[in-house]
Amino acid sequence: MTRHFFGDTAVLLGRSLRHIARSPDTIITTAIMPIAMMLMFVYVFGGAIDTGSESYVNYLLPGILLITVASGIAYTAFRLFTDMKSGIFERFQSMPTARSSVLWAHVLTSLVANSISLVVVVLVALLMGFRSAAGVPAWLAVAGILILFTLALTWLAVIPGLSAKSVDGASAFSYPLIFLPFLSSAFVPTHTMPGPVRAFAEHQPVTSIVNAIRNLFTQQPVGTDIWIALAWCVGILIVAFAFAMNTYRRRTA
Amino acid sequence: MTANKVRGPVIHVQGLEKSYKELRVLRGVDFTVAGGSIFALLGSNGAGKTTVVKILSTLLKADAGTAGVNGFDVATRPADVRESISLTGQFAAVDEILSGRENLVLVARLRHLKDPGKIADDLLKRFSLTDAGARRVSTYSGGMRRRLDIAMSLIGNPPVIFLDEPTTGLDPQARIEVWQAVKELAHHGTTVLLTTQYLDEAEHLADRIAILHQGRIIVNGTLAELKRLLPPAKVEYVEKQPTLEDVFLALVGDNGKNGHDRNVGTNA
Repeated sequence: MTRHFFGDTAVLLGRSLRHIARSPDTIITTAIMPIAMMLMFVYVFGGAIDTGSESYVNYLLPGILLITVASGIAYTAFRLFTDMKSGIFERFQSMPTARSSVLWAHVLTSLVANSISLVVVVLVALLMGFRSAAGVPAWLAVAGILILFTLALTWLAVIPGLSAKSVDGASAFSYPLIFLPFLSSAFVPTHTMPGPVRAFAEHQPVTSIVNAIRNLFTQQPVGTDIWIALAWCVGILIVAFAFAMNTYRRRTA
Repeated sequence: MTANKVRGPVIHVQGLEKSYKELRVLRGVDFTVAGGSIFALLGSNGAGKTTVVKILSTLLKADAGTAGVNGFDVATRPADVRESISLTGQFAAVDEILSGRENLVLVARLRHLKDPGKIADDLLKRFSLTDAGARRVSTYSGGMRRRLDIAMSLIGNPPVIFLDEPTTGLDPQARIEVWQAVKELAHHGTTVLLTTQYLDEAEHLADRIAILHQGRIIVNGTLAELKRLLPPAKVEYVEKQPTLEDVFLALVGDNGKNGHDRNVGTNA
């Protein structure tokens, strides 16, 4: 069956993309909350936050992009959950179709949907005065980190998507992820935080990823942050993938 | 019922066991289904009917026992089994956001068939869904969904079809439509295994009926054989009353179009 893997994945990806095209509200709702946060922090709180950089929107955008992905993958879990619940997942699994295609199509759909949301958020940031002198290689590096981050969280989303008992359960896992950036360098520099909070903030994945993206945008040397960021993303990806495949095998055994 | 029962068994099930944690759902199930026949697995809710179907369609692994479909063992040659079967699950497994036609094209593509568009159009016609073909499935009635669901199962003409409670939740007309579709399948030589909790459904459709109770097949035979298990019928003269279903169908008409208002017992 593996000889049909790419063809079957493409057919199923086409199906999911058609879902998204017919309900573009999922892209809009994914982008709206990060955009609202960006508006609030730039125009309400931003004036009182001293980040040491001249423009707060420049400082804020990397964290907002991560929040966009964290809210976007709730839909990944939701779409997978819907397929499980409706029985169409079982229909595909009982057909002479490459079995893992069903899962991979959802993963690729998640990448496409989140990429669109990220582009929307970046466009709004540009309207709000975000500027970067970064060249093409730096932008590509930012895109690469975000894709890796999306892929890691997507596999994390596959776990509740396959195992949740209700719609709420399928998407609730993303709430802590959305709030993780608040305890990081995404909104304020970590050195302003009290000891234990600062210790947590400086050693959780969001801070290193945010710092790496921020340095790429501002053309600063990325230093060790980028390696720590990549290590977190790859680590989460591997662990989430292993758990997701284990869940998948239990569902289909 | 169907005429062509000359082939050997197409489905073999022997000593099938399956437990979910402590719960022993199947405790040694044995049966065979002859090619081109309709076999009904009858049982109450939770009797294990769906579990049998899931094992036969390679969605679940049995704890013990063997099962073969179309000459292939479900445990060792699942890919060949999947080439030979189609599963219509308990709930119409259709894509709500796609149109009826897109659903059919999707399945034809996933079965790697040539000319998916033509296959879709032919099936829409055969199941009287041509007019609704371009509409999203979320606008379909329960009967239309079921018809589409069964149409999707026929794509690629698999020799064996599993129908898990195909008429649960359908209104009487939709039920009759599904029954006709199932009978037609068997006429074309397809082997049909259907599960049902409706006794009349098994009576109407099946060449053989097996009753699954507490994880075992307690009887297996033709309707006539099953009837002989009870003491012979004694002859009584009873006025034949129409059933409520007869009344309902007579009033609303078979396709629901030629019904008109009637008030019982008003005008003289």
